[in-house]
Amino acid sequence: MKHVLAVLVENKSGVLTRVAGLFSRRGFNIENITVGETTSPGISRMTITVEGDEMVVEQVMKQLHKLVNVIKVSNLSHEPAVMRELMLIKVRAEAQTRSDIQQIVETFRGKVVDVSLDSMIIEVTGNDEKLEAIKLLLQHYGIRELARTGKLALLRGSKVTREA
Amino acid sequence: MVIAALEQEQVDLVFGYPGGAVLTLYDELYRSGLKHILVRHEQGAVHAADGYARVSGKTGVVIATSGPGATNLVTGIATAYMDSVPLVLLTGQVATPLIGTDSFQEADITGITLPITKHNYLIKDIKELPDTLSEAFYIASSGRPGPVLVDIPKDIFEMEGRFDYKLKQDIPGYKPTVEGHGGQINRAVKAIREAKRPVIFAGGGVIISGAAAELQELAERCRIPVTLSLMALGAYPGDSPLFLGMPGMHGAVCANYALSEADLIIATGVRFDDRVTGKLESFAREAKIIHIDIDPAEIGKNVAIDIPIVGDVKRVLQGILKKVQPGDTGAWLKRIDEWREECFTCAEEQPENDVLTTPYVIREIDRLTAPDTIIATDVGQHQMWTAQHYCFRLPRTFISSGGLGTMGYGFPAALGAKLASPGSTVFCIAGDGSFQMNIQELATAVTHNIDVKVAIINNGYLGMVRQWQELFYGGRYAYSSLQGNPDFVKVAEAYGAKGLRASTPGELRKAIELALATKGPVIIDCQVVAEENVYPMVAPNRPINEIIMGSERK
Ligand SMILES: Cc1ncc(C[n+]2csc(CCOP(=O)(O)OP(=O)(O)O)c2C)c(N)n1
Ligand SMILES: [Mg+2]
Repeated sequence: MKHVLAVLVENKSGVLTRVAGLFSRRGFNIENITVGETTSPGISRMTITVEGDEMVVEQVMKQLHKLVNVIKVSNLSHEPAVMRELMLIKVRAEAQTRSDIQQIVETFRGKVVDVSLDSMIIEVTGNDEKLEAIKLLLQHYGIRELARTGKLALLRGSKVTREA
Repeated sequence: MVIAALEQEQVDLVFGYPGGAVLTLYDELYRSGLKHILVRHEQGAVHAADGYARVSGKTGVVIATSGPGATNLVTGIATAYMDSVPLVLLTGQVATPLIGTDSFQEADITGITLPITKHNYLIKDIKELPDTLSEAFYIASSGRPGPVLVDIPKDIFEMEGRFDYKLKQDIPGYKPTVEGHGGQINRAVKAIREAKRPVIFAGGGVIISGAAAELQELAERCRIPVTLSLMALGAYPGDSPLFLGMPGMHGAVCANYALSEADLIIATGVRFDDRVTGKLESFAREAKIIHIDIDPAEIGKNVAIDIPIVGDVKRVLQGILKKVQPGDTGAWLKRIDEWREECFTCAEEQPENDVLTTPYVIREIDRLTAPDTIIATDVGQHQMWTAQHYCFRLPRTFISSGGLGTMGYGFPAALGAKLASPGSTVFCIAGDGSFQMNIQELATAVTHNIDVKVAIINNGYLGMVRQWQELFYGGRYAYSSLQGNPDFVKVAEAYGAKGLRASTPGELRKAIELALATKGPVIIDCQVVAEENVYPMVAPNRPINEIIMGSERK
């Protein structure tokens, strides 16, 4: 099963290496990881997607927590949470196919952000399912390049994941 | 500034080896009068600081230069990390502007030691230095202790800065849990009361937290037998009738049987290493397990736990002792005594033909030394035999590389042990292979006149390797012979230490007595029979009650 962990860390040099190193050293499977600032200065938030059963994820969380620069670890998979990822796709687009593609993009509430004679870049955000679905459709026209940000997540409602 | 911090932390002794990047620090050190032990290899410095820390309970301090000086520390750091030993390692680094340019004697030591330190730092600004040093000492010694490395560039040593030192730091991501959860303690108390076949299984955490007295009270008040991991030997008196011995691969028969048939295991400060559990699926199948540990990540890591209690072992045991009521363990203890009979039938008898066997050497050392003697070992057969045959009675009297199994640990660790406890006799039981891995520290022992006795168990083999080759590799002794060993007596003398040799029980007794009567370092070359195996033994990844007794021994 996939678990999405929100990890608050002190923004010290090497903290990403420490987290990434932990995963490879202990043989945990990291699916993706994103890092960014929070509202508190000096504190960053990592969102980590890991694959594993409950035992494995519990170990991952405990080991993460042992890192001195890690302030808080929470598993968002057990609670209602909004999860989003952004994807950029460069798709082959000739004159004949352009309007079809445009329609797909609209259906998925994506945006065309760049156009050239034979290709377009499309921007979509959403959860896993949605991104997989549009990717599948666009494959039909030929995907030339693709980039994804990795997942971000926040708890629904007024609950927050805070430092203390 | 670094020296001032060491003074604030009440460091009275550092181990180290100078070099370009730490010249300024050494100059300050020289002028400060703080005691410095010059080793002959940086690995020796870490092991010595480690031995010092294990015996004193204080944090050991090491200084090394950048590049090769720092990388020479690695084995020692990994050793200390595995066994949760508090160390602060100060390494020099090339000057800040040169970092990342592959400059002379540059090595990314914080990168290299990331997975083998509890935490590490690279100082980039003199302003960070005081807080970082105090954090380093705090992190190394609190919670589950461990080594912390601080890498300091050469130009920072040369700067002046404001020295505003706070002894303890408030670190946002570091808050060890000390008190056990009350509800969990109540559950443990109830389980102990109801258990018919309980066993206490204690590890190094008991020694680290100073909980030997609490452990003893729990065992004796509730009449529960005790087994101790290698790391915990001495935490419970080895001559007590409730003591089962060490469990695991070379563990005592009754300890392994007891764990296998127990209905309750009270695991305290122990991490269920594979050398103890054997095949995991068949470990303690019938037992409910209470696990007390300060490191939450240890709980449930290897075996499933029924009653987890995160906290300092001493505090949690005190909590349990306040409420615990003995259960009915009479029949269980009787059963154990029957197994114990079996254990004793395999105990070492007087060797025939006037030769020396290693168990005999160890028992003789036990007979001739006081209970507060500190024993340090290397790694191999002699280490396991020491664990089996020396009767440890007090905490912090047995020091050995348990988790990493580092050959060459024993002798430098013994030097540190002696410096930590000058009043105790310190005996190093060394392997002829292992001893040669840090033999250069004889110079350290002699120049500082550190009074340690070394019994080199000279079997002419990497004995433990040879045993596995005999048992599991068709007797093909692939490069495990130590042909070409030096004459250890002459080596000792060349360094200016006393060298003695023993190859019969009579000579051994005389040599030990003479060594103990001599001031200063003494080496005894104990020429033991070459091809002897350590039994009992459980083959790797087998259930721990499948024991090979080795009665077919030659
Ligand atoms: C640094 C290191 N290298 C290799 C090993 C693997 N090893 C484990 S025991 C052993 C043999 C040790 O020989 P010796 O010190 O003579 O002790 P004995 O087993 O003969 O008592 C070896 C090579 C190790 N533990 N540490
Ligand atoms: Mg040997």
